[in-house]
Amino acid sequence: MTAVLGYYPYAVAGAIVLLGLVGIAISRDLVHAVVCLSVCQSGTYVFLLAVGFQYGGVAPIFGSTVHRGTPVVDPVVQALSLTDIVVSAAVTSMLLALVIQIAKRRGTVDPDELRSLKG
Amino acid sequence: MPGDETAEQLLPLLVIIPIFAAAVLIAVGQRLPGRLVGAVTLIVVGLVGVGDTAALIITWHRRIVSWLGGWRPGRGGSGVGIAFQADQLSAGLILLAAGLMIVALAFSWHYFQTPGSHFHALMLFFLAGMTGFALAGDIFTMFVFFELMGVAAYALTGLKVEDPSAVQGAINFGIVNSVAAYLSLIGIGMVYARTGELNLAELSRSLAGDHSPFVVIAFVLLCIGFLVKAAVVPFHFWLDDAHAVAPTPVCVLFSGVMVELGLYGVLRVYQVSFADTAVADGIGRLLLVLGIATAAVGAVMCLLQRHLKRLLAYSTIAHMGMFLVALSTGDPESLAGIMLFVLGHAAVKGALFLCAGILLDRFGSIDEFTLWGAGRRLRGWDGIGVRSIFGLAALGLAGLPPFAAGLGKSLAETAMSEAGAGWGPAFMIIVSALTGGAVLRVWLRVVVGAGSEPEGIEAEGMSGDEEQMEVDVGEDIPNRMIISAGVLVAIGCGLGLVPSISAGVTAAAARFLDTHGYVAAVLHGRIGYPRAAAPAPPGWDLHGLLLSGLTMAAACAVAALAVLRPRLPGGQRPSRVVRTPVRLLRRMHSGRVGDYVVWLLIGVGVTAAMLAPG
Repeated sequence: MTAVLGYYPYAVAGAIVLLGLVGIAISRDLVHAVVCLSVCQSGTYVFLLAVGFQYGGVAPIFGSTVHRGTPVVDPVVQALSLTDIVVSAAVTSMLLALVIQIAKRRGTVDPDELRSLKG
Repeated sequence: MPGDETAEQLLPLLVIIPIFAAAVLIAVGQRLPGRLVGAVTLIVVGLVGVGDTAALIITWHRRIVSWLGGWRPGRGGSGVGIAFQADQLSAGLILLAAGLMIVALAFSWHYFQTPGSHFHALMLFFLAGMTGFALAGDIFTMFVFFELMGVAAYALTGLKVEDPSAVQGAINFGIVNSVAAYLSLIGIGMVYARTGELNLAELSRSLAGDHSPFVVIAFVLLCIGFLVKAAVVPFHFWLDDAHAVAPTPVCVLFSGVMVELGLYGVLRVYQVSFADTAVADGIGRLLLVLGIATAAVGAVMCLLQRHLKRLLAYSTIAHMGMFLVALSTGDPESLAGIMLFVLGHAAVKGALFLCAGILLDRFGSIDEFTLWGAGRRLRGWDGIGVRSIFGLAALGLAGLPPFAAGLGKSLAETAMSEAGAGWGPAFMIIVSALTGGAVLRVWLRVVVGAGSEPEGIEAEGMSGDEEQMEVDVGEDIPNRMIISAGVLVAIGCGLGLVPSISAGVTAAAARFLDTHGYVAAVLHGRIGYPRAAAPAPPGWDLHGLLLSGLTMAAACAVAALAVLRPRLPGGQRPSRVVRTPVRLLRRMHSGRVGDYVVWLLIGVGVTAAMLAPG
């Protein structure tokens, strides 16, 4: 049972990433597509945190209560997730700003009505 | 030795200086006159270029390893510090990036008159991203700089916010690349879950002999980001959209160095960390299959385009295909050839994009049919300059001796024949002839005015047409535009003539493939290269010259056929056998980001299937 439970966070992470991808694939609205992109990225946070998680582990802040021997969760993946969140903020705000520009110029954010890039 | 310390401190500075300068420009750029912003940017990039040159000179003799903040690994060679590593290949790539950026900045002096300094600051961020990516010694730092390079590139693509197609191109580029980057991040997480390490050199030890499928899946996901950046079919869809709409000087950087950095990422991660895992069985097959598909799609789509920048973008894709196929043999000789090919390609492709920028500036269009005979309207020295630079660069792209692109192609062809791939030279010649022929066709129609004036073909709504100079520069083409393009052609030619360059890439290839040397340098500080007899610099031989002549003839034939086709019997309307697949191929490039993400997932499946053991 615990073995199955151990894989549960990975399944959740995979599901979030896939949902985000499907959302982008069928999107009819660029704002929706950008939000799906950040949904997809949220899956990566869950995945990274799951990699470093440990049952009974505490936050890796060493001091009076947490010693060398105390089980802690992995700080490296937490640093990775934090960096990932920063990257996400930059990418999402950039893309949303671009979508606003499109909406201003064209009055629509439906990619099907914006067919200006056909090969 | 004091010299070692200086060299160590040099690497982080190459990233920090442009980021710092960009931040300052964003903060105070509004209040500075445009000329000053341009000058400061040029000086900063020039400084980085000098630093890159110094790094390249040092790496000629030994590696440079720099642990940020002095967080070195312990006795056992493990730790959590972040390493930068430079060998000849990474130093050469960052110098290429800085060099192309100087040319692009010189070309675009006064190109953007919008208040503020966004263009220049973004260019500096872009440079910092590329430099950091090439130097990074662990997979997560690679990811971070990959994203920095990406975000700057999306913003540069959509710089002309008043042009909706440019903004849409930027969004497609941003979403596809970000999705790929997140898959890469999952791959990084998987590698970390397996080994507890991120540093490439440490991974080299802990992944050695690991033949589980888990590692293969991690590698596939990790590489998706790099493959998307490298515009490998079926991950390439963003590239032509972005090139069609991005400002011309930015295209020079995209095609010349950013796309190649994606390929560098795959090779570096594979060579250092995954060379002794289950991935090694299938990597050659993977590069071969993806390379052939990339070259085929790139070459065919290149011939079909009439939008000059989009045509050049597909030619870049076709060239990436050639690089992949040649690298699939995995021997140092073809890697050396490809390095030279990448250098030569960057120079001539950059010159072609700059010529496209000059035409766009003069005539307000970049459509091959609308521009028919436009080159004849350019008078005097300007006209002669543009005509000859465009023509020479087109021939150089197809592999005219003594251009570096031609020499690199010839070296790769020789290496492939020696590695047992006898069909290699024929493949390279066909792809070069098709893409070179397509560019020559544009040269014939637009610059020379050959063939008959296209009639009855209404101008399609051309994306990217709205990109124009914002400053009226008068009747003449500014000298700096022609000089920038001319300098690139001259460099592309000169690199092929200097024997120390071809000797350098030969040594660089062997050192890049020396995994033990990399690990020893990063973890144990043994930064010297193993002693090896200096190889004779490879150069043109009779065989190479003959094959090159054949390529030239084929390219000219392709161009002539394309121009004269309407006059040939049955040339008006191609047969159904040709039309159906062509229409299908065009429909694949739909411009919809949703479709591109589906292709990306298909590509993940194909990549995994290729690498699957057995």
